[in-house]
Amino acid sequence: MKNSKKMSLDGLMKIFIYVALVTLAVSIIVPVAWVFLASIKQNKEFYGSPWSLPEGVHLANFVEAFQEAQMGEYLLNSVLVTAMALLILLLVALPASYVLSRFEFRGNGFINSIVKAGLFINVSYIAVPIFLMLLDWDTGLKTMLGNDLLLNNRFMLALIYASTALPFTIYLLSSYFKTLPSDFEEAASIDGAGYYRTMFSVMFPMAAPSIVIVILFNFLLFWNEYILALTLMPASNQTLPVGLLNLMAAERSAVNYGPMYAGMVIVMLPTLILYIMVQKRLTQGMTVGGVKG
Amino acid sequence: MSKYDGAHFNRFVLERGGKMSKSKSRKIFIGVCMMPALILLFVFMFMPTFEVFRMSLYSWGGFSNTQQFVGFDNFKLLWNDMTFIRSFQNSIFLIVVVAMVTFTFAVFFAAILTKEKVKGGNFFRIIFYIPNILSIVVIAGIFSAVYDPSGGLLNSILDMFNLENLQQMWLGDQKIVIYSLAAALVWQAIGYYMVMYMSSMAAIPPSFYEAASLEGASKMKQFTSITLPLVWNNIRTTLTFFIISTINLSFLLVKAMTGGGPDGSTEVFLSYMYAQAYGNSTFGYGMAIGVIVFLFSFLLAAIVSRITKRDVLEY
Repeated sequence: MKNSKKMSLDGLMKIFIYVALVTLAVSIIVPVAWVFLASIKQNKEFYGSPWSLPEGVHLANFVEAFQEAQMGEYLLNSVLVTAMALLILLLVALPASYVLSRFEFRGNGFINSIVKAGLFINVSYIAVPIFLMLLDWDTGLKTMLGNDLLLNNRFMLALIYASTALPFTIYLLSSYFKTLPSDFEEAASIDGAGYYRTMFSVMFPMAAPSIVIVILFNFLLFWNEYILALTLMPASNQTLPVGLLNLMAAERSAVNYGPMYAGMVIVMLPTLILYIMVQKRLTQGMTVGGVKG
Repeated sequence: MSKYDGAHFNRFVLERGGKMSKSKSRKIFIGVCMMPALILLFVFMFMPTFEVFRMSLYSWGGFSNTQQFVGFDNFKLLWNDMTFIRSFQNSIFLIVVVAMVTFTFAVFFAAILTKEKVKGGNFFRIIFYIPNILSIVVIAGIFSAVYDPSGGLLNSILDMFNLENLQQMWLGDQKIVIYSLAAALVWQAIGYYMVMYMSSMAAIPPSFYEAASLEGASKMKQFTSITLPLVWNNIRTTLTFFIISTINLSFLLVKAMTGGGPDGSTEVFLSYMYAQAYGNSTFGYGMAIGVIVFLFSFLLAAIVSRITKRDVLEY
């Protein structure tokens, strides 16, 4: 008697657990899938029930987004900025993390605390000061060169993206370098390899797993970022999220929804594909830089 | 794990080469590796942060380029600025509500997915993390579609279940819009914190639970006396994350979704700062808001961390 009561309580618990899991999963899948379906709907379909399936595959939304809303150009800008920022970040952060974690020198502790302090600086606070700084430098340069050089500049945006990602990346990479045994450096040294060769051909390849995680995280960060891009690119060379913001504002007032949802698909599809491919690494990697409980 | 002794390697190298030149080349190597990072950090992180504090003491009305030192005048003005007071209230409301709700859901789902033998647990984990990889602009777009008063997903679901009286202008009603924002922020955050808690819960040895269940402890009892105390340190850290990231994400979402409207009812800390500094070009005043927010978030994080301090349990 007692046993069967316990059984049914366990059964109820099981049902409750599955209901909760499915509810949250549905609340995530449905809106995201809905955007995908909406991106291939014709404009008149938006006046009916939002739950109706698309009547056909209306790819004209994407054509319109690419041609009239310049999403193609924004896409190119985003690809360029993200790629450059990742490259700069790795070139700068890898040597710094290596030296910081495996060499003792004067100022090491101080630099470590600088990097940790950097973790607390939020991009949202400093977007406007960075804008003013670039504006200031531009006014100086303008007398020499005659046009804006630093604002609306994709390379500058990439450089600033990389800079803002440095604290977290150095923190993550140097905590990984610390765990490597010193035998490899000694062996490389016996073989006559100098500091640079040891670093590039022995230590960096060993850090590959961490480097992959760094690339994944920062790709998502750079690709999705919009407040710096919005602030520092007021006139041209906008990136995808900023382009999407413009598109959302324009399409809503013109009541032309299709291209807006097409734009959303263009922004999120690369991140979704990447995520599905590497989701295990990403959710595991999160704990590498995080705290151990 | 072997602790690498940097000095050992360096001594080792030193002995092999000419002493002077090796030590010099070592210094150059360190410099070459550190300098780019230090320069970038200084120019694009620390200088702008310093500027936030410096500019808050100046009256600077936009592109006129005349900065006038006014001391704490900007801060005095803030206390009479009703929009600022409102953004303060909204931010605190969002921090508290989003942290509490997200925390509850994240711990609940993390406990289920690590401790219960759930079919398709991996699938759920993958799905729950998806909102975290979406751009906040996309999330703003998704929730604009969900909250749309006429053709929106939420109102049409209520319609389906004949609950028309619950239908709302989710983003148009000044009393409701802040809850709509909170819901979007929670939706966005659950997966991230869940994965964090999962990793620390998975590290708890299963033998603890076996022993407890032999003693007849219920699932709930096991959760409160084993799981929670052992992941407490992780939870404390995430409380700080909640404060910092809610301040930041609420700004990014508000900027993309409501623009602070209707009529300032969703204005939050940083959205008002951005509106003043970038939109209105009153840089000094905007930066004063930034300073207040910065200090407030630090203070709040310190207080929270202080009152949640427990002895760390080793296992």
